[in-house]
Amino acid sequence: MTTPHSYVSPIPVRKAHLGDALASEWTKIRSLRSTMWTLGVMVLLMLGVGLAVAAIVSSSNAPTENESALGLGFFGVLLGSICVITLGVLTIASEYGTGMIRTTLTACPSRARVLTAKAIVFFLLVFTITTVTATLVGLAQVAMVDNAAEPTSGQWLRATVGVGLFMAELGLLALAVGAVVRHSAGAITIMIGVLLLPLVAAMFMFSESLAKVQEWLLDYAIPSQLIALYAGRSAMGQSGPSGWDPVWILLVITAAAGAGAYALLNSRDV
Amino acid sequence: MIELEGLTKRFGTKTAVDHLSFQVRPGVVTGFLGPNGAGKSTTMRMMLDLDNPTSGTVRIDGKHYRELQEPLKYIGALLDAKAMHGGRSAYNNLLCLAQSNRIPASRVGEVLDLVGLTAVARKKSKGFSLGMGQRLGIASALLGDPEILMFDEPVNGLDPEGIHWIRNLMKALAAEGRTIFVSSHLMSEMALTADHLIVIGQGKLLADTSMADFIQQNSRSYVRLRSPQREQLLDALHANGFTPVEAGGGTLEVDGATTEKLGELAAENGLVLHELSAQRASLEEAFMQMTAGAVEYHAHGTNVHGADGQGVTAPPAAGPRWGDTTKGA
Repeated sequence: MTTPHSYVSPIPVRKAHLGDALASEWTKIRSLRSTMWTLGVMVLLMLGVGLAVAAIVSSSNAPTENESALGLGFFGVLLGSICVITLGVLTIASEYGTGMIRTTLTACPSRARVLTAKAIVFFLLVFTITTVTATLVGLAQVAMVDNAAEPTSGQWLRATVGVGLFMAELGLLALAVGAVVRHSAGAITIMIGVLLLPLVAAMFMFSESLAKVQEWLLDYAIPSQLIALYAGRSAMGQSGPSGWDPVWILLVITAAAGAGAYALLNSRDV
Repeated sequence: MIELEGLTKRFGTKTAVDHLSFQVRPGVVTGFLGPNGAGKSTTMRMMLDLDNPTSGTVRIDGKHYRELQEPLKYIGALLDAKAMHGGRSAYNNLLCLAQSNRIPASRVGEVLDLVGLTAVARKKSKGFSLGMGQRLGIASALLGDPEILMFDEPVNGLDPEGIHWIRNLMKALAAEGRTIFVSSHLMSEMALTADHLIVIGQGKLLADTSMADFIQQNSRSYVRLRSPQREQLLDALHANGFTPVEAGGGTLEVDGATTEKLGELAAENGLVLHELSAQRASLEEAFMQMTAGAVEYHAHGTNVHGADGQGVTAPPAAGPRWGDTTKGA
């Protein structure tokens, strides 16, 4: 229903697609100081803690023949994961906090496109930075610790690309939780709980009847899975995930959370 | 052109918007009026597909909002000034919006210049004053050079110069053939900018009329009288077919009479008058009475205008009269 005198803009109308949403989300994530802070602190933790642990192990001369030095990267990555969780949550929850989400969804009414663009940009950013940092830390650790086993190529791949994928997935899970909860502090608290609570809870399960639960928690808690990713075998027992399993397990969980976030975003009032 | 059909929104048991149907036509400024809580913002959010209607539809040039490929080129909206990320510069806030709709980045500088924010383009928007935030919101609405513009309370927080600017901007945009839809709770503001009026109260459509009609309907004059001989004056008025209504402070108000006629009538009867003045109801008052009527559902046969906000003793009588001018309900 156009009237003859309605306004026609001189700006050409070209169909926007996912690529445009990606450009938009990239502008958003790079123009915020919180991105620099969280990722900067993550890199510092991975480098600082990783090198410190390597230095301690190397000076103590403890026998570590069966293990490669790459596994020492675990401690820095575990601490750095808190930064990734924070950034993942902030990527979407800060839009709710500031009201920006209304502007975003007015400009791009397709919830699927907005969420996909955010997820892709965030994933690639975290994956790249974590993989590069993990590689640097791994190289330094292998060079510093002499009395450890030479890492296999499989171990190298898991300790770099594997850790990058695992961290980026964890961040995406946080992003999905942020989209569901829509509140930064709440979502970050939930994600830190998801990260640490299973292990803490398992520590207190002394009862015989809870032994099975305790074992499961010890095997499948996120830190245990990270250890398994480095070591290539189950962290605590024999039954837990090993090798690349943690990456696939977290992928499934994150995909499910992402689908839930999309369904809610699509149906809820903004 | 925006078309609403039977738009309804319920939050639990509360009905915020109740079967609203109207059209917003191009080339004019359409004012969207209602008291606080009348459902204006909810209606606007549903127009932009931010809130899902309980029932009813909104069509923009015949399409649902989610069907628009690059909505910023069709419709620009200022919902609230703070709908930006404060940690981002004004330039980047607009740039990410432009990119999502394939609008060239050069356009960001143009709109910043248009709203007068070029000097603070690289500053974080959380340091902006309310008025600057409002200008940034207007810049984002203008980003896609859209055919339809929607402003929710645009003059909020603007200084007099800013108010003057936004008024002229809206008129200029409408003159270019755009559809302008602007909400306000201030009738006086609308009287200066809007060509067409849509009034809602409690989520219901109260009026859909041109501003000229509204003024004509509501600028009816009446005469105020005050006399120490009140009873005799009342008798004289009744005897001559007038229907005086008592207002506060011992004054009488008479509709459909001139001061000349009533002055002569008083003289004929030898009555002393302390006041004889022609009064004209302001548009603000007419609007308040119309919406108050919708809130309280009072119906009175008399038509009382308490001028200057004092002496309103009778509840409004505007309800039925408004039914006559309501179109498209």
